[in-house]
Amino acid sequence: MLRGDFNQSMGRVFVIYTGGCAACASLLIALSLLGVPDRAIGIGFVALTVGFYAVMGLLSRTTQLGDYYVAGRHVPALYNGMATAADTLSAASFIGMAGAIYAAGFDGLAFVLGWTGGFILVAVLLAPYLRKFGQYTVPDFLACRYGGNAARLMGIVVLLSASFAYVVGQIYGTGIIASRYLGVDFSLAVFVGLAGILLCSLLGGMRALIWTQVAQCVIVLIAYILPAVLLSTKATGIPLPQLVYGEAMQRVAELQSHLGVAADALAPTDAVDRVNFIGLTLCLMLGIASMPHLLSRFFTTPSVREARLSVAWTLLFIFLLFSTAPAYAAFAKLEVYQHVLGQPLAALPAWVNEWSRAGMLTVSGGGGPLRPADFALDPDAVVLAAPEIAGLPFFVAGLVAAGALAAALSSADGLLLSIANAVSHDVYYRMLAPKAGPRQRLLVARTVMVVVAGLAAWVASTRPAGILTVVGWGFSLAASGLFSALVLGVWWKRATKAGAVLGMVAGWSVCLGYILATQTHAIEPLWGVRNIAAGIFGIPVSMLATVLASLLTPAPSQDMQDFIDSIRMPRGHVRLAAGAPAEE
Amino acid sequence: MAREPITPEQGRRYWLKTSRLMWTVLAAWAFLSILLPMLASSLNAIPFLGLRFGYYMAAQGSLVGFVVIIFWYARRQNSIDEEFHVDED
Repeated sequence: MLRGDFNQSMGRVFVIYTGGCAACASLLIALSLLGVPDRAIGIGFVALTVGFYAVMGLLSRTTQLGDYYVAGRHVPALYNGMATAADTLSAASFIGMAGAIYAAGFDGLAFVLGWTGGFILVAVLLAPYLRKFGQYTVPDFLACRYGGNAARLMGIVVLLSASFAYVVGQIYGTGIIASRYLGVDFSLAVFVGLAGILLCSLLGGMRALIWTQVAQCVIVLIAYILPAVLLSTKATGIPLPQLVYGEAMQRVAELQSHLGVAADALAPTDAVDRVNFIGLTLCLMLGIASMPHLLSRFFTTPSVREARLSVAWTLLFIFLLFSTAPAYAAFAKLEVYQHVLGQPLAALPAWVNEWSRAGMLTVSGGGGPLRPADFALDPDAVVLAAPEIAGLPFFVAGLVAAGALAAALSSADGLLLSIANAVSHDVYYRMLAPKAGPRQRLLVARTVMVVVAGLAAWVASTRPAGILTVVGWGFSLAASGLFSALVLGVWWKRATKAGAVLGMVAGWSVCLGYILATQTHAIEPLWGVRNIAAGIFGIPVSMLATVLASLLTPAPSQDMQDFIDSIRMPRGHVRLAAGAPAEE
Repeated sequence: MAREPITPEQGRRYWLKTSRLMWTVLAAWAFLSILLPMLASSLNAIPFLGLRFGYYMAAQGSLVGFVVIIFWYARRQNSIDEEFHVDED
């Protein structure tokens, strides 16, 4: 049904997806209004979301290799942009970001700024050139540009470590949702989330992914913006949360002074910590421009021209969510101050118990009115719990959970696919078994997916840190390892193999070393830099090492310089240098 | 219709113009994402939409700037491609 040419069936696919989602949501809303218990509605939203994607994956599944890797290169800019936005809008941005702003105020805006601004770097420095190069993966590019498997292998190491941290964050997010709405223990819930992710990932490759992700992008945006609009209407009477949340912030500040607590970070404030703010913003921006699973998205547009536009569409879609996050945080905080604090514990509704049981909320104090210090809501629960805290109908909370699940599933699918491709294509096929047929390679890819996802679920079940921190490590690792090699590879002909490999090794090791050393308390943070911004050490080290080692080694051959010239221009063939792996 | 091959001189001038656009965009990017957050404390003295200006820019203003820049860049670069006849066949 969904097999034909993408352009022909596109409209139909889109109608089926969005129509199907709307039908599912209306059914649950109707059931909710008919008095079906909240618990069943919650389970219904979660089960329908996963089931829906699984069916879509099944319908558009493919075993053709070109399709599996890059969706046959027929994806128009707008749709590719939406799918890439779904990749970017992960559990971290959906569940974690507004929570970080809720908890840390201005400091939390580093995520908003970093994950949007990074796309400027992608558009200007990399996407058009990677599209012109046109082979399947980021390690392929490194291998062709820096001649040989050393650069490829180091690229894979960075890709695996960064993507793994990112996947852990997504599974952590699904665990929170499953724990809350299915009523199971968190350490079990992550494995329920894992099952959902694998079900969707294993059923199709990139083509299935693009089609489900276009739908996921729409669902994620609706599920995030609708509750913000409702919260805004409830608090101010105006349904434009992004424009009127200043009023909510002022009212929070008034309530805080009324309760005698210091105006906290959500009130309009200075950058509390300039080094960490700028450092984290830069790590996230350069990380966006180095995340292999995002970059590989721009290999799939029909032309270089479309690749540039595609990055622009991606940014526009994520902008819709990111610009809503600070408003979401402000209205959530206002609800907490208006309806929770000052109430006696016994007067609070059932959600308090549900979130406490999921380990995301600690309410202390005696029977008296709750003080701000008595109510400790985990930042990762703010977005999901806000509709319930505000007393909105339960199906709104269900919708938010479905959206968060879609965000986590779409990113996890993209990441697992990227990890599986790196192992099956770059390591297994390119380096170990060049004669392996398509079936064998797909088998390897699927085995890797299951093993990696299982491992990531286990790490998530130990709750190493909040979602944003775990995901932030991934971005720091990617930026420290790959940014210099990729950008200088296109923009500086003098960059040599020795320079690139040394730069990747040095930057990545410094970054990983700093994260591990501070996380295990082996060293104190240097200059107070939190390990989420570890790239602030890794990136300059990598850049310096690449430049110095390049200048100390002979310039790349004329062949290689011709290759670079050929990827810089949209027109003409790519002239691979001698020794580069042949295209399939 | 076969097109003229690209001469090295044409290629060089194309890359020069492309690089200049790259630096322009990066300068705008650095202004919005690094300079403004560094000045946030001072900018917060100015009220804006019920918020303070430093906070507003990091929360929303710079994001709008990014979106405008990225679409402008895509159009500009595509027209440079056409100007030097290096756009795709």
